[in-house]
Amino acid sequence: MSRRVVITGAGTINALGHDVPSTLEAMREGRCGIGPLVMRDADRLAIRIGAQVQGYDEAERFNRQQIALFDRYTQFALLAAREALGQAGLSFAGEAAARAGVILGTSGGGLQTQDDNYRAVYEAGKNRVHPFVVPRLMNNAAAAHLSMEWNIKGPSFTVATACASSNHAIGQAFQFVRAGLADVMVTGGAEAMLCFGGVKAWEGLRVMSNDTCRPFCATRSGMVQGEGAGIFVLEDYDHARARGAEILAEIAGVAMTSDASDIVMPSRQGAERAMEGALRDAKMAPDEVGYINAHGTGTAANDRTESAAVATVFGAHADALAISSTKSMHGHCIGATGAIELLACLMALRDGVIAPTVNWRERDPECALDVVPNTAREAEISACLSNAFAFGGMNAVLALRAA
Amino acid sequence: MTQETRARVHAILAEQAMIDPSEVTDAATLEELGIDSMGVVEAIFAIEEGFDITVPFNANAPEKSEFDISNVGAIVAAVDRLVAEQQ
Repeated sequence: MSRRVVITGAGTINALGHDVPSTLEAMREGRCGIGPLVMRDADRLAIRIGAQVQGYDEAERFNRQQIALFDRYTQFALLAAREALGQAGLSFAGEAAARAGVILGTSGGGLQTQDDNYRAVYEAGKNRVHPFVVPRLMNNAAAAHLSMEWNIKGPSFTVATACASSNHAIGQAFQFVRAGLADVMVTGGAEAMLCFGGVKAWEGLRVMSNDTCRPFCATRSGMVQGEGAGIFVLEDYDHARARGAEILAEIAGVAMTSDASDIVMPSRQGAERAMEGALRDAKMAPDEVGYINAHGTGTAANDRTESAAVATVFGAHADALAISSTKSMHGHCIGATGAIELLACLMALRDGVIAPTVNWRERDPECALDVVPNTAREAEISACLSNAFAFGGMNAVLALRAA
Repeated sequence: MTQETRARVHAILAEQAMIDPSEVTDAATLEELGIDSMGVVEAIFAIEEGFDITVPFNANAPEKSEFDISNVGAIVAAVDRLVAEQQ
């Protein structure tokens, strides 16, 4: 069985906004969500900037019992899912519940919970922790709470491939629907790594910027971490049509590859094989692609490798397509990043607006592509790719078509 | 530059490169010692811990960092300067 797979709902919370409309508005305006990190012990950090979710009070969104069980990453996933499922207009009962599942990406899971409780036992010397530490920190907590809240009873699990987690999750969910293993899959990713330990760990690698994120720019100084969630409802095309759902876009193909070379340095071949594979899987000619949402971390290693890979895969067409990194606005949301970036793909396909690469100042000859610097652009886009190339050399590229 | 700093930096780099400290010379580059980009980051961490200093270094643009890693002697001199400044 091979079915067409469409997106019928989208939701998010991230540094640019607490929902999809506000996030897309920020992307259209080229607004940067990076600012000074506000957290306990921030004065002990060497890297003090990030793209934090602003104006967020968990007590306004969840009750006491829920907060006892929901790490910040789970809260983000649930809020984004509420928006996505609300838009899709789906509810799940009987056979429909059994024919639906949840596949989410996350890298750190309940890191805030780990951070707080390590502090309690090691720093504060407490010998007792809250009874729900384990169900709060576990990597599948967000997926589990989604399935519980919406009565989704089919296959549900969590995918962890560092910075490609969301794309692997969405790709897997796509394959489930395409193969007929489910009619509806709720998918995407959530991450809340902006806690003291999470930032400290990244500092150690010496790849973080202390000014801002400027991908593909000659003066780039590294990556900036963000946080948030992006959740999508994937649905069998016929199923969506039969109930008159609005189709936001079609997922046409996916490819996953492994570099099998280095734990942190990306490989051009691995990226090339992933993009080529996604095009092949989608039966998409390279010159159909008008936009690529880049992995674009703003590190020297990624940006050069990714630019070279795009040039190889697309040949002369590489100069005709637009490629931008929205990480310059919402930061690198690690396990959630691919999902939040998919919103830029939806905007390109639906609204004909390409999100820019902001903070860009100077052309880098090694990233000589049209990176849509600083200002969003109107363009008619019928097909696009979304790249994710993770530490561990694990890559996943999604190919999408306009509805 | 002190002999003590030199000996300790040589020892840290030798351990990173998995060679004998006697094989490390001031003229050698890290590449010649077989230390790759991840090895550089690890060695700088060992220097920070060993000398109790903070080394300004961004792996994205090592050449633009204030910390000169062009060869072993440059690192020894830079460590000496940072120790003087920070202690």
